[in-house]
Amino acid sequence: MTTRTMVRNSVNKPAAARRKRATWDRKRWFWLLVNLAAALPLLLLLWDAWRGNLSVNPIDDFTDRTGKAAIIILLLSLACTPVASILGWRLAATVRKSLGLWAFAYAGLHFLVFIGLDYGFNIGFILQDDLLQKRYIFVGLLALLAMLPLAITSTKGWMRRLGKGWKKLHRLAYAAGVLAVLHFLWLAKGGRMEPFLYAAALALLLIVRIPAVRKRAITLRRRLAT
Amino acid sequence: MMPIPRSEITPEHIFLNRRRFMIGVGSAAGALALAACTAPIGSVSTGESAAASPDATSASLSLDGDLPAALAYGDPYASSTTDELGDSLNSFQEITNYNNFYEFTTNKQQVAQLAEQFEPYPWEVSVTGLVKNPQTFSLETLLTDFPQEERIYRLRCVEAWSMVIPWVGFPMSLLLDAVEPAAEAKYVKFTSVLRPEQMAGQRNSRFPWPYVEGLRLDEAMNPLAIFATGMYGKLLPKSNGAPIRAVIPWKYGFKSIKSIVKIEVTDIMPTSTWTNLAANEYGFYANVNPTVNHPRWSQGTERRIGESGRRNTLMFNGYGDEVADLYEGMDLQANY
Repeated sequence: MTTRTMVRNSVNKPAAARRKRATWDRKRWFWLLVNLAAALPLLLLLWDAWRGNLSVNPIDDFTDRTGKAAIIILLLSLACTPVASILGWRLAATVRKSLGLWAFAYAGLHFLVFIGLDYGFNIGFILQDDLLQKRYIFVGLLALLAMLPLAITSTKGWMRRLGKGWKKLHRLAYAAGVLAVLHFLWLAKGGRMEPFLYAAALALLLIVRIPAVRKRAITLRRRLAT
Repeated sequence: MMPIPRSEITPEHIFLNRRRFMIGVGSAAGALALAACTAPIGSVSTGESAAASPDATSASLSLDGDLPAALAYGDPYASSTTDELGDSLNSFQEITNYNNFYEFTTNKQQVAQLAEQFEPYPWEVSVTGLVKNPQTFSLETLLTDFPQEERIYRLRCVEAWSMVIPWVGFPMSLLLDAVEPAAEAKYVKFTSVLRPEQMAGQRNSRFPWPYVEGLRLDEAMNPLAIFATGMYGKLLPKSNGAPIRAVIPWKYGFKSIKSIVKIEVTDIMPTSTWTNLAANEYGFYANVNPTVNHPRWSQGTERRIGESGRRNTLMFNGYGDEVADLYEGMDLQANY
């Protein structure tokens, strides 16, 4: 909270309202910051393309960079809940939906680049290369499909309509994470560390979902805090 | 590109037209017609947008005397703008800034920069094994004892991208003839240099360095198989396997082993580095074949660097007429 908001708010508002107002401000700024950061990979990519900074294989750059952004942001969206509940950083939970939508946007872009820029929507090439027989493509497509209903039902209206079912449905985000990481593991040539780093991050996020682990982690954090 | 009479670049004339090439003296002799094209190797400029990346070609070879004409161009030079199928050559800039060379890094765009630290001169290649006349050749000997000629070849990477590259080099068969393989010789094994202090990627323990490749003796004797010592009329850039590499154009790029220090003629099929790492994905033959897919991705199409979209991959990378008989009667699905 800045000094100025304290002064302004301290005139004749009750303390609870003041606190609420300040939290809302912080939330709003954080939301804006996260959304800007999430847009950055796309903006940088477009900037590099415009400035001619891409490699001599620009389609690969588009594919790689949108795919990488999708996986990283998807993992970050999966991290929101444990960060809020275990580490106690409540603000993290407020950007979960934004991050999920950004991950879906990057995954969709990644798919469009592959099918449109790379294969030029050429059905002949796509059939000839037997794309769905390739397991990395199959799981990649599944990951995108898993995210589709989540993006559609991300609104407050759908949340209300689905009630308890909403939470169940949105566990699909974990399936999308697993499929996305498998996609990367299966397409990467030997010797690359990166897909394994994402696999490790995902494994950690899945492990802390286990109730017993979560409880212990929370207890540990509280003990460390005091 | 500079105006150079065609008669001076045809292989037949290369030896006859050899120029005096003095290191550190600048243009060698005013009397020579091509003097304007020569420059000390240490100060070669690519003539292209060098600002985008470090010049991977700067090197200093202590070759005192003749540098074969085919390798003595100051600016990137090729005798044609296309390959025999009419497809455009890739630019020097593209070839030197986008390639796999895991000895430096797995990132294709960072190879050129990391390869700067590599010192390819002086260099020796030992040729041993089942040969009557084992020898160790200095780079200078290889450059002057064998005819250096231009070969414009397509290079098809197993990752499904490709380029057209004007190599300079000499047929493998000439070197093998010089050492006289014994009657029982069946294979040729190539080994790359091991210098982790100069090659950042070799400090990665996940790979069984040094890199090893192999060919059947009759494959190595095929006239298309060459040892490349240059590219675009200049000595081989550090990023592309300086100072000497194999180029086997009908096979996936990883077969064309770089920075060779050892050649062994043998009767045992050598195990290639990639076969060693993943035998189900990378076989000994690794012939370009659109009908045999990599277990995880397709080989039916490829992206030619510089083009948008894809094109069909050709059987044996378009060199079937010259090499198909090497594999007559063989099951290419099984011998991938």
